[in-house]
This record gives sequence, C-alpha cells and structure tokens, in this order.
Amino acid sequence: MRYDVFFAGYGGQGVLLAGNLLSYAAIHEGKNVSFFPAYGVEKRGGAAMCTVVFADGDTGSPVVGNPSVSVLLNQLSFDKYAAKVKQGGICIVNSSLINCDEVDLPGIEVVLVPMNQIALEMGDVRMVNMVACGAYIEKSGALQSKSLEAALKKALPERNHKLIPANVKAMEAGALAARA
Amino acid sequence: MMKQVFTRPESLKDVSTHFCPGCHHGSVHRLVAEALDEFGLRSQTIGVASVGCSVFLYGYFDVDVIEAPHGRAPAVATGAKRARPDRIVFTYQGDGDLAAIGMSEIIHAANRGEDITVIFVNNTTYGMTGGQMAPTTLPGQKTSTSPFGRDTSKDGSPFKMAELLSNLDGVAFSARVALNNPKNVLNAKKMIKNAFRYQVEKKGFSFIEALASCPTNWGMNPLDANQRVTDELIPYFPLGIYKNTANM
Amino acid sequence: MPTATLEKIFVKGNEAVAMAALEAGCRCYFGYPITPQSDIPEYLSRELPGLGGEFIQAESEIGAINMLLGASATGARAMTSSSGPGISLKQEGISYMAGSELPGVIVDIMRAGPGLGGIDASQADYFQATKGGGHGGYRIIVLAPASVQEMYDLTMLAFDLSDIYRMPAMVLADSVIGQMKESVTPNPRPQVVLPSKEWVVRGRADGEPQNVVKSLYLGDGEMEAFHWKMQSRYQELADKECRWEEVCTSDAELIVTAFGSTSRIAKTAIAMAREAGMKVGLMRPITLFPFPRKAYAALSVRCKLFLDIELSTGQMVDDVRLSVARDADVIFYGRPPGAGSLPTPEELFEQIRKNYRACA
Repeated sequence: MRYDVFFAGYGGQGVLLAGNLLSYAAIHEGKNVSFFPAYGVEKRGGAAMCTVVFADGDTGSPVVGNPSVSVLLNQLSFDKYAAKVKQGGICIVNSSLINCDEVDLPGIEVVLVPMNQIALEMGDVRMVNMVACGAYIEKSGALQSKSLEAALKKALPERNHKLIPANVKAMEAGALAARA
Repeated sequence: MMKQVFTRPESLKDVSTHFCPGCHHGSVHRLVAEALDEFGLRSQTIGVASVGCSVFLYGYFDVDVIEAPHGRAPAVATGAKRARPDRIVFTYQGDGDLAAIGMSEIIHAANRGEDITVIFVNNTTYGMTGGQMAPTTLPGQKTSTSPFGRDTSKDGSPFKMAELLSNLDGVAFSARVALNNPKNVLNAKKMIKNAFRYQVEKKGFSFIEALASCPTNWGMNPLDANQRVTDELIPYFPLGIYKNTANM
Repeated sequence: MPTATLEKIFVKGNEAVAMAALEAGCRCYFGYPITPQSDIPEYLSRELPGLGGEFIQAESEIGAINMLLGASATGARAMTSSSGPGISLKQEGISYMAGSELPGVIVDIMRAGPGLGGIDASQADYFQATKGGGHGGYRIIVLAPASVQEMYDLTMLAFDLSDIYRMPAMVLADSVIGQMKESVTPNPRPQVVLPSKEWVVRGRADGEPQNVVKSLYLGDGEMEAFHWKMQSRYQELADKECRWEEVCTSDAELIVTAFGSTSRIAKTAIAMAREAGMKVGLMRPITLFPFPRKAYAALSVRCKLFLDIELSTGQMVDDVRLSVARDADVIFYGRPPGAGSLPTPEELFEQIRKNYRACA
C-alpha cells in the first residue's frame, strides 16, 4: 500500500512537525517514507506545507498533485488546495479558522474538525497540529495511534518529552472529533 | 685547500632562472631558501606558487609545490595547512596576484590567522603579462595600461599591504623589506627568517612585503631600476616592521 | 559522529550527504552559505571539530574551492558544497583541479537560475555540471542521486571514484532531494581498493622526488599529451563506471527517462500508466558523466519511443538523443525551474498518455 497526505497552514501552526511525526510513525511501522517540505521565506506567518508519502515498497514521487488526504489548517490553504484533493479523497478542515460553507467539493469527503478550539480546550492552542494528526489517522486508517505515540519520542526534543501525555490527549481528541 | 664560503642553498635547485637581469625575484628566492635551510625546514615545506613571474616556483625551489589559481594562493595554502598542520606552508605572490585579484583571499587568510607565511613581492607592475598597471603602481607611474601615468582620482592610490594587514588581529608579523642594497638584503633575510620562525612556533599569520625592481617593465637598466627602488618605492612604501606580536 | 548502522534513520538529503562524507573519511570541509544547501555546512560545522577535522566557512565560494584544492593536494579527503550562483564561482577552481588531476568532492544542490534566480528546485545546471563548467575542455564525474539513500551512498561513491580516477566528482541534486527527508540506512563505507596517492605534496624528504601539483603545461606537446591522457581516462570511466536504473523496461512501448527529482515524480506517473494498461518503463541515469550511452543504445534496439523529462527546457535530452538508435524517437517534456513549476505525477501521466496514444 502507498499512502500520501498533504498538510498546509501558516508558519507557526506546526505543519512541518505534524509531517515529521507521521513520518516517524510510518517508520515505526516499518514503512519507507518521503517527507517533502515547502515553506515561505518567513519563519512565522508565511505559508507552510508538506507532503508525506509512505509505503511498504517504493515511495515514488515525493510530489503529489492530487493528494488522497489533505489536512488544511487555515483559510488560505483551504482556498488554494481543497479542490486539489483526489476524487474519492478526504479533506480534513480546521473549522475553527476556515469557513467552507459556500464551497462545493464534489467527490471529496470534507471532514470538519474545530482544531483550534479543541487544542484550546486541551490547554494549549499550539497543539493544533496534534489534533490534526489525530483526525488524520482516524479518517485514513493509515497508521496506528500507538505508532504516533512512539513517534513523539523521536520527533520531539528530549526537553519536551514531558509534554508527550498532553499531546497524546490532543491527538485522541482530534480523532474523536473526526469520528463524530 | 680552499674553503667554500658561499654555496647555493639546499632548498634551491641547481638551475638558472628565467628572471630578467636585475630583477629582485632571484634574491627573494634565495633569502627564502636560506631561511628554510637554516631552520632545517626543506623536507617539511609545501610552497604555493601564484600566477605571474612567480609561477615557476617549483622549477627553482627544491620543495613540494602546489600551483594556485591567480590570487588564490592564500586559500590553497589554508587548505593545505589545515589538512597538514605539521607542515610549513608558504605562498609566494606578486602584487597583481595578491593585492588585486586575490585581495579577498589574502585578507581573509590573514584575518583567520592561518599559520602560513606569505612572501609578497611588490614591483609595482604586472611583470609576466608585460608591465600593466598594478594595485601598487605609484601615482603618476606610466605603465602599458596607464600610458599617462596612474591617475589616483580614477585608479585610486597604491595599496600599502604591510600596513593594511597589520591592522588585522590574526596577523602575527608583518614587515616590509627591500633588496636594493646589502644592508637591506641582510635585513630582509632577518625578517624572512623571523616570518618562518613565527610559523614554526605556530604564532599565526606572517607576512613579508619585499619591494623589488622590474627593470624590463620599468624600461630601465638594472642599476637605474635599483636606484628607483631607493628614490621612489621606499619613500612611498616605508620599510619596517608593522606588526610584531612578540613585542606586544 | 553518528556511526554507520543497519538501522534506518530519518534525515534530510543534505544531512545524508554530510553524514556520508564523514563516513567516507572526509575530514576537511570548506563552504559558503547558500540556500538550499546550508544544512550541509551547518551539519559539518557541528560534527567536524569533534572528529579532529577542519571546517572553514570561507570568504567566498572561490575561497572554498581553492581550500579544497589545497587540502586535496596534500592527499586529504575534502569536500565543498554550494548551489547555482556559488557553483559558478567555483568553476575556476574546478578547472584548476581538473587540470591538476586532483580529486575532491563538490556537492551541487541546484536551484533555479540564471542569475540569483530562486531557491526552488532546478535541473538546469546539467550542462554546467556534465560538459565541463569551467575553461579548458575537461570533464568531471557527475552522480545524480534520486533519493536520500542515494544522497548517502553516492556521496561515498563520489569520494572513491574521485580518488581512483584523480578528478573532481560532483554530487548533483536539487532542493527536492536536498530538502526532503526519507528513511535511510546509513551504510558503512564500502571496502574499495584505492590507489596510493604518491603524487601528493607532503614535504620532500631527502632522496624522494619533488612533487608538484600544477596545471601549467608549456612544453612542446605537453598540453596535448595531458588531454589525450584525460580522454582515455574518460573512456575508462565510460567503460567501467556507468550506473543507471531501469524500471519495467523489458516490455515497454515507451520509456520515460529522467534523472534525480524528476525521475522520482516520473516513477509514480509510470505506476499510474501501468495501472491504466500502458506498457511504460523508466530509464534513470545515475552517472550523468559518464553518461550511460550504451544502456540507452541497448534499450532503443527494441523500444523506439523515449520521453525525456527534465526540470529545465531540455539539457540531458541532447545526450539521450546522441545515445539512442537512429530510428528511435526522443520526445521532450520539461518545465523551466522556478516557484510553482515542479511537475506533478498527474501531469507527467498526461504526457505519457498523450505520447503513448500517438505511438500506439
């Protein structure tokens, strides 16, 4: 099996960390991974996006034109990338920051998750990317949630390991919201 | 039995040079070779040749030599010395090579305090290519590319490299010498030895600027050219030690 | 130093280059910052001092390549890295290294140009890399990794080939391969028999010959003899060192050919084409110099349609056309480099479909 997922948001939302996390989780499951980042010149506030491809065999193209799953964290990303999702694919939307009422995306399953709100309820808006990761594994079924826990240890620097339980909770909350 | 009191330094090959009559390159070569001999450094030395009349360094010095691109000798020497810190590494460069196309490399090697010795031969002209204006050509000096004389309002003033480099923290020793009379030759020998001694003692970057004559491109006979060093070069480029960390 | 293991790690292409250089025994690195390759000097500035190595952030790319020249002349394994504008500056030094028969590894993480261009991926420096980018008529070994694993493995190979053939070797990638992260196995340095470097400058001891590393040849016939010697060395490279990858070529009616990043995108497009019932294969050169001409010639005996894909307006396509049989067609599809011009697998699939239909 070959999976691909596209994450986009603005710098500071942890888009690249989310991609890294999914990569480590896939490696944990013995898969080959390609993580392809792209970002604006600015460190914060600019556009940030990444594509993660993982497979049992060859990962093939790190560039994906029509992603199977896109996780879009802000309005700008939604406006630009939602329509690119593959037919039959999934678009997971941060409904705290994105208004998609008037947008018609035929052939694409749109999943609304109020990611900022959930992260705030979990205690820190910076965990928005964790909520997003939880929603992704719930909807895609591509990775085990246990692998994500293991991945946190690899993706986060040692000094932040104390935050792992809170991050796991945020992922679970994201998964729950996506299930509803 | 006769006693031999004057011999060719071991660090120089037994060949005749291509240098013009009255050119001071040969004297500088000899003094560098004597310094290497006297410290017993020949078998540990790597020379770095530059582009210009000094390019044939490997033909005259009996040491291993790398030939550097024009102006890049200090960068090449940096790489060699960093890879072989147990060797003695020196560059031998002319004024066009060091103070024009290679200005960036010399300044930065000096500023990093590379443990190398730079022998800079300043004859105020591009010798090899036929006497064009150099960065050290004197104001008013006529050359093949300054036929009306160096115009400082357009060409700038000559670079005083020994002074300029002495301002950098990485420089351990910087001196200007000349070879126009026996006294100056003896002093030049002392300074060149000092420069190599600093490298042996790992004190940092050492720099010798040697004022030299170029009779062919100055359009003079050797004696007049020698006199020009006395009358024109030394007043503009004063001799002396500009930096000596041992005195600090 | 992160030691070689068989356990997979997850690193950027650029980091893999730096790790492989250390594993290959490189202890001298000279560079100058430029996007998108700065991860390489950053990594090595952290690791080299602890290994007793030398890291210098040079005053310029000119300074860096000449430091490489100097270190290499002493026999040390040394490396520099840069991207377009910096690689242009290094051409002087690369020419001198080629003329002095010096090994040394140069990593080029291509970005868009000409001029300052942009930091997006590009393959438009293929000519500069493979045709002798500086003056004088010379070639250097050029390796084109298409994955982070290959960034690692081919960097080590570059050091070995460079030492064996006494010429500079370049690892030619772009910001897709340099910036992406993949799971890789940090393999141990391969056991290769290397020629002894009896030519190095080392300080001439009594009784030993003087060694001179130079590129000036003034004697009657000297320069010509040098060129003939190098020509036979290039031929030896072509005979022994061509490397390439073929995917599904045995029954292919159309063979896509691409190197580096675009070959990766093409792979997925080819998988899509196979799913759609089209007999399409991939020919990916790994060595760009020597170019695997014989392999193309062999493929074109049976398959008569090639689709060359590049992130440029067409450079490698010249070599492909010179390599295939006379009755084979080579179609070109490329996008000039720059923000937003990276082709997608879907786009390349369309090109395959269009041309496949035309031939069927």
